[in-house]
Amino acid sequence: MKKRKIGMALSLVLAAGTLLGACGKSDDNAGDDNAKGGEKEKAFTVAMVTDVGGVDDKSFNQSAWEGLQAFGKENGLEKGKDGYDYLQSKSDADYSTNLNTLARQDFDLVFGIGFLMQGAVEEIAKQQKDHHFAIVDSEVDQPNVASILFKEQEASFLAGVAAAMTTKSNKIGFIGGVESAVIERFEAGFVAGVKAANPDATVDIQYAGAFDKAELGQSIASKMYSSGDDVVFHAAGATGNGLFKEATDRKAKDPNAEIWAIGVDSDQANMGPDVVLTSALKRVDNAVVDLSTKAKDGNFPGGKTITYGLSEDGVGLAPINEKAAAKADIEKAVNEWIEKIKSGDVKVPGTRDELKSFSAQ
Amino acid sequence: MSKRLIGILTPIIAVLLGIIVGTIIMLASGYDPITAYTALWNGAFGEVYYTGEVIRQVTPYILAGLAVAFAFRVGLFNIGVEGQFLVGWLAAVWVGVSFDLPRIIHLPLAILAAAIAGALWAFIPGLLKARLRVHEVIVTIMLNYTALHVCNYIIKNVLTDNKDKTDLVKDSATLRSEWLQSITDYSRFHWGIIVAIICCFIMWFLLERTTKGFELRAVGFNQHAAQYAGMNVNRNIILSMVISGAFAGLAGAMEGLGTFGYVTVKGGFTGVGFDGIAIALLGGNTALGVFFAAILFGALKIGALNMPLEAGVPNELVDIIIALIVFFVASSYIIRKLLDRFGKKEVK
Repeated sequence: MKKRKIGMALSLVLAAGTLLGACGKSDDNAGDDNAKGGEKEKAFTVAMVTDVGGVDDKSFNQSAWEGLQAFGKENGLEKGKDGYDYLQSKSDADYSTNLNTLARQDFDLVFGIGFLMQGAVEEIAKQQKDHHFAIVDSEVDQPNVASILFKEQEASFLAGVAAAMTTKSNKIGFIGGVESAVIERFEAGFVAGVKAANPDATVDIQYAGAFDKAELGQSIASKMYSSGDDVVFHAAGATGNGLFKEATDRKAKDPNAEIWAIGVDSDQANMGPDVVLTSALKRVDNAVVDLSTKAKDGNFPGGKTITYGLSEDGVGLAPINEKAAAKADIEKAVNEWIEKIKSGDVKVPGTRDELKSFSAQ
Repeated sequence: MSKRLIGILTPIIAVLLGIIVGTIIMLASGYDPITAYTALWNGAFGEVYYTGEVIRQVTPYILAGLAVAFAFRVGLFNIGVEGQFLVGWLAAVWVGVSFDLPRIIHLPLAILAAAIAGALWAFIPGLLKARLRVHEVIVTIMLNYTALHVCNYIIKNVLTDNKDKTDLVKDSATLRSEWLQSITDYSRFHWGIIVAIICCFIMWFLLERTTKGFELRAVGFNQHAAQYAGMNVNRNIILSMVISGAFAGLAGAMEGLGTFGYVTVKGGFTGVGFDGIAIALLGGNTALGVFFAAILFGALKIGALNMPLEAGVPNELVDIIIALIVFFVASSYIIRKLLDRFGKKEVK
């Protein structure tokens, strides 16, 4: 009985310590806040929350962080609480905590990177009405949230043009990650680009069902090349790394093999200097810089969805590989299409349904 | 030194050792350990919001820890808590979104569904172990992957139309409370902590105060002796796995009905089940120990999120420091041995 009482007393002391500790701290912070309010002219601050990929994922988290760093440099900000910073999420449960932490630290704008964060951004935006948020690749309908979407189809359309002008077998491959609206835009645009530049070419479409399975990407790529496809485009994140591996392996075995791969999101030329034809670029960094600048100038587009396409420099095509025989022709054609898309003469389809009724002429 | 004192001292020394080595590493790589640990503390208890988040994180941790600890006490190593946690999560949300019932029936039903789902998932390795002596570690590891992919399939094809997230559970099935959120400044603190505390009590009562609990512990101490004493070892093995799985399923319900209110397609494990193993070890496989160990782990996990921002410590270093604390906690056996020897000398 005595022992149990001691246990009880111990836990009470612990609990009290915790509670009192919490009280003491929150008072301190209130003081800090007042002090901060006293200093005027606080610099514009911006931060982002990554998904579990982290800022070195070679994909859009990294791209977004590069954008934030560029924005910081441009405006003379330092990494940290008074400039720009990021928090990395270690699990799905961390999104809310991280978004909330950044809002509490009084960052003027907080980015949630990736559609996985949609629910968390929506919830926190409702609670923290005085703070501004932005979400990439998804839409949140709240007055203090700006949603960023991309016209991926325009980038992959250009990649399709490049593929159609390179292929000799008139057979082209497309490897998708997981079926979703974003990847469908890549697919529809790519097929439209191929058809526009070379109506005889066919596109072999396959989905890997994952964004992180390079070995699966490699086996799909292997089948595609074996069946005669000579240009393969992937929109499959890290799964696509298998495509580059397969293409490089085949090229190493037979240096005369006419096979090409096309990268996605960032310029993936370094994944295989001999086999990467070009990459369909999705400039998350540009979008992040653009939105941060708007917010800094007091034009935060709260409650709106901004779509970044070719005209806004949000998507594009990486330089064509020097070793491509038709490099000059491809570049000429790509530039023509860019003009047509920018001027609105050509509307690139973003879904399979739109693709059916698409005609480039 | 009394056994009880050693039991209390061991985890405390383990945590202190972790902090000391963490300090050395931070000093060596040029970061200020005092700022870093202050950031850790502030990130866990500095504001009432963070304290709410810590309790939110502690809730599934307690239940996952209980699940591992319960099986341990019967001599079984349930690595499958993660999988049972996932099916529990799914079951709770499934019931939560598909029925329209008064709260007094709906909420307990959803929680019960999670417990049953977890129990059934753990019944498989229990049965295989009892009947065919298949080692539970292998079966439970494999069932983790099975659970992950089966849940993903059901979410995509049964609960939704090819989406990666279900609807929110109905208000009548949620553990969330506006009031708890308002007193903790919009944290996701929810009523689940009550369920977790009740389960701590159930585990203690069942193991320490009932005949069945005595049997279960006897099987854990020595199966052959238990059999010789006329206890049904096989039935006790299955029973312990089922109860362990029910705790794990309840942990899933806490996430499904409380923290998130929905279930998403997952690319990988959440880690709650695996953290549960460390929590059970640190807590010495007792209900009260698990309770305090879960608080420590929850505070570390939430507090660590604040370290990169407030103290400028890189994420990787934060991971190392947290891992070190866990490492010393897990190797508490060494500390226990040392304390034992030290104590014996003193007696002489």
